Amino acid sequence: MQSTLLIVLLGVFALAYHFGCKRAVSVAGGAKQIRTLHSRPSYYGLYAALWTGLPALLLLGVWAGFQDTIVTALMKAELSGAMTEGMSPGRVELLLNDIKNLATGNITSGEVTPKIQVAADHYARLQGIANLTLWALALAIAGGGLAIAMRQTIPQMRARNRVESATMVILILFSSIAILTTLGIVLSVMVESFLFFRGVAPTEFLFGTEWSPQTALRKDQVGASGAFGAVPLFAGTLLVSFIAMLIAVPIGLMAAIYLSEYAPRKIRALAKPVLEVLAGIPTVVYGFFAALTVAPFVRELGESIGLAVSSESALAAGFVMGIMIIPFVSSLSDDVINAVPQSMRDGSYALGATKAETVRRVIIPAALPGIVGGVLLAVSRAIGETMIVVMAAGLTANLTWNPLETVTTVTVQIVTLLTGDQEFDSPKTLAAFALGLTLFIVTLILNIIALHIVRKYREQYE
Amino acid sequence: MSNQATTSGAGAPRKRAIDKVNASLKRRYAAERRFHLIGMGAVILGLSFVAILFLDIISKGYPAFQQTYIQLQVHFAAGMIDPDGSRERDTLVRANYLKLVRDALKEQFPEVTDRREQRALNAILSPAAPLQLQDLVLSNPSVIGTTRDVWVLADDDIDQFVKGHIKRDLPQSDRRVKDQTIAWLDVLDERGRLEKKLNTPFFTNGTSREPELAGIAGALMGSFYTLLLTLLFSFPIGVGAALYLEEFAPKNRWTDIIEVNINNLAAVPSIVFGLLGLAVFIGFFGVPRSTPLVGALVLTLMTLPTIIIASRAALKSVPPSIREGALGVGASPLQAQFHHVLPLAMPGMLTGTIIGMAQALGETAPLLMIGMIAFIVDIPGGFTDPSTVLPVQIFLWADSPERGFVEKTSAAIMVLLGFLMLMNLAAVLLRRKFERRW
Repeated sequence: MQSTLLIVLLGVFALAYHFGCKRAVSVAGGAKQIRTLHSRPSYYGLYAALWTGLPALLLLGVWAGFQDTIVTALMKAELSGAMTEGMSPGRVELLLNDIKNLATGNITSGEVTPKIQVAADHYARLQGIANLTLWALALAIAGGGLAIAMRQTIPQMRARNRVESATMVILILFSSIAILTTLGIVLSVMVESFLFFRGVAPTEFLFGTEWSPQTALRKDQVGASGAFGAVPLFAGTLLVSFIAMLIAVPIGLMAAIYLSEYAPRKIRALAKPVLEVLAGIPTVVYGFFAALTVAPFVRELGESIGLAVSSESALAAGFVMGIMIIPFVSSLSDDVINAVPQSMRDGSYALGATKAETVRRVIIPAALPGIVGGVLLAVSRAIGETMIVVMAAGLTANLTWNPLETVTTVTVQIVTLLTGDQEFDSPKTLAAFALGLTLFIVTLILNIIALHIVRKYREQYE
Repeated sequence: MSNQATTSGAGAPRKRAIDKVNASLKRRYAAERRFHLIGMGAVILGLSFVAILFLDIISKGYPAFQQTYIQLQVHFAAGMIDPDGSRERDTLVRANYLKLVRDALKEQFPEVTDRREQRALNAILSPAAPLQLQDLVLSNPSVIGTTRDVWVLADDDIDQFVKGHIKRDLPQSDRRVKDQTIAWLDVLDERGRLEKKLNTPFFTNGTSREPELAGIAGALMGSFYTLLLTLLFSFPIGVGAALYLEEFAPKNRWTDIIEVNINNLAAVPSIVFGLLGLAVFIGFFGVPRSTPLVGALVLTLMTLPTIIIASRAALKSVPPSIREGALGVGASPLQAQFHHVLPLAMPGMLTGTIIGMAQALGETAPLLMIGMIAFIVDIPGGFTDPSTVLPVQIFLWADSPERGFVEKTSAAIMVLLGFLMLMNLAAVLLRRKFERRW
C-alpha cells in the first residue's frame, strides 16, 4: 500500500519537474525570452519537484514509522473492555497478534471466535482508514507544494540558489547519518543494559564466574538459577581470539615480509590478491568449514595421539578464525612495511647487512607501531567475529584455558539469547544487550588505539 | 672498527674485523636462507588454506547439482483422478496421488506383499513424489487416462546412497539404507529406471525440511530484495555524505568527530549493528521483523562507512584543476561538483559500492538478530514479505542433521561465492577500465 504510494509520489515529482520547467519558460515569455530568467529552466523544475516531493515524502516516512503503533494502541484501548478481562499482558499481546493475523489473512494461533472476527474486521477498517488518510494527505501536500512553487515561479526568483541550498541541507543530513548510527548503537545498547543492570549488579556481571542465563518462567521452576557472571564468556572469547592471533600474526606478518621484500614482482602480483580472497569469503562459509571439516579433523588428530578433544573445541574455531584474519594482518603489515622509506633499507644494505638482518633490525623496528596497530585491529575483529564461533564453538559456559575443550564466547551468547522467542523485558534478552555493550566498548577502545597508532605512524614518514 | 684494525695491526697477527665478518658469514647466510624460506612457507601456507577451503567446499557441494530420480510407469487412471470427468481444478488437486505413485512403484516389485516391506519400499520415494504427479496433471490434464513413464524424486537417503556417501560395505545396522532397499535399487538400476539428473528443484524451490526438496530460490530472492534496497539506500547517502565531507565541510571539531566516527563504525563488529536493528528499527519504529526492509536498513548502516571511505578516496583523486576550471567559467560550487567532479569520481565510487554490496551479501550475524533466521518456505515476492537470505540459509542448513543437507549447504556456498566473485570481478574490471592517472 505504502510502496504504491511511494511510486505514485515519484511519478508526481516527475510531473512537477516538468510543470516547473514549462511554467518558468512561459513566465519568461516563451523560449526566446529565456535569458530573462535568473536560473536555467531545469532549476525551476527542480524547485517545483522539491516543494512537491520533500514534504510529502517526509509525511510518508513519519507515517510509515508510526501507523502500526498507533493503530495497535487504538485497538488495545478498545479491547480493554470485556474481552481482555483477567488476561495477563502477554495474553493480550497474543490476542492482538491473532487479530492482526486474521485481518491480513494469516494463520491464527487459537480458535477464531466471533468476537475476534469482529475485532479483526475493526482492525482492518482502522488500517484502511489510516491508509486512505495517508493517501489523501500525501497527495494534498504534494499538490499544495506544487501550487506554492508555481506561484513563486517568476523570472526574478533565484531558483538555482534555493535548489542548491536545499541540496546542501540534504548532503549535511546524509553525512550526519554516521553520527546518528553511532548514537543509535550507544543509546539502544545503553538503555537495555541499564534495565539489565537494575536486576543484576554490574560487579556480578563483570566478575561473576557462573553463566546460566535461564530465568524461571514460574516461581517454583527447577534449574533456573539465572546466573549472569560473564567471566567464562570473556575467558572463552580471549582464548579463541588468542588462538586465532597465534595463527594469523606469524603467517600474516611473514607473508607480508616475503611479498614486499623477497618475492619477484610476478609472484607478488599473483599471491597478494589470492591471499586477499580469504578476506572476501563470508564468515558463514568459514563457520561451515570449521564445523564440518576442521573440528572433526582436530578431534581425530587428538584421538590418534590419545587426547580427548571436544567436537566443538576452541582450537578448531580459533584456527579457522586465524585463517580468516591472515589477510587483515598481511595487508595492513604490507602497507606499513612499504611505507618504510627506501633510504633506510639502502643504509642498512650499505653497512653490509643481509636482507633478513635488514628486515629484522631496521624495517620491523621502524614499522612496529604500524604493525601493532594492524594487529590490534585484527584482535578487535577476532573478538567481534560471530558466525565462526556460533557454528564451531560451544554453547556451554566453561571457564578453562584448555584449547581442546568447549568454550563459549560473548558473540555466541548474544546470538543464542536473541534468536528464538524473545521479550524485551526478560533479563535473558537484556543480558544480550549488556554483552553487546561490553563488546562495543572493548572493540571501540581497541579501534581507537589502533587507528591512532596507525595514523601517527603514517605521519612520521610522510 | 676497521680503523682500529689497521693501526694496531703492526704487532702480532691479530684478528682483523674482516676475519670476524668472514667467519660469521656462513651463519649469517644460513640465517638469511632460513628467513627467506620461512617467508615463502608463510605465503605457501596462506595460499594452501585458500586451496583447501575451496577444494573442501567444491568436493562436498558439486554432487548437490544432481539428484537421484526414479522412473515409474504411472497409470493416470481417470477413475482415480477425475471420476466425474469435469477437469475442475479442485477435483484434480484433491485426487489421491500418493496411491497413484505407490501403485506404480508396487508394479515394479509385484513380489513385495508384506506390509512392513511395502512400507520400506514406499520409503525410497520422496514425500514430494505425489506432488510431482499433481503438478504434472494440473499443468497438462490431457495425461489423465493415459499411462506414462514419469521420473519422480527419490528420498534423500536413497540419493545419498546412490552418490556413494552411504557405503555398501558397512554393517547393515550402521546404514540408513538397508540391504533389502539396496537390492530394490539394484533392480531399478538394471532396468534403467534409476538415474541422477540435473537438480532443478535446488534452483526453483524454497527451503524445506526434506533435503531432496530444499532449494535456494527463496533465499536468493530474499538476498536480491535486501541487496536492492540496501543499494538504493546506501549509494545516494554514501555518495552525498562523501561529497559533503570531502568538498564542502568546514574543517572544524564537528567534521572531525564525524570523520573519526566513520572510521570507527567501519570496525564495529557486525553483530552490534544487529542489536541496533533489533532495538531501534524493530523495537522502536516497528518495522516488520524478518523482512528484506529491516535487513536492508541494518545492512545500509553497516556498508555506509565502506562506501563513504571509498567515495572520498575517489573524490580526492580528481585533480583540483577540474574544480577550478569549472568555477572559472562561472559554475556554482555545486554545479562544479555535480557536473564535473562527480562523473570523474564515479568509477571509484561504484567500485567501493560494489565491494560494500559484496560485504552486505555475505553478512549473516546481524540478520540473525532481526529475525531473518525464521524458517520460511514461500519465495518472498516483495520488500515486506518475511524472507531469509542466502548466508542465513547456509547457516540454517549447516545446522540440520540430515546427511543430505551437507551437500546442499556446500552447493549454496558455491552459489554465494560465485555471486561474490562476479561482484568483485565487476569491481576490478570497472577499476581497470576507468582508472585514470592525472
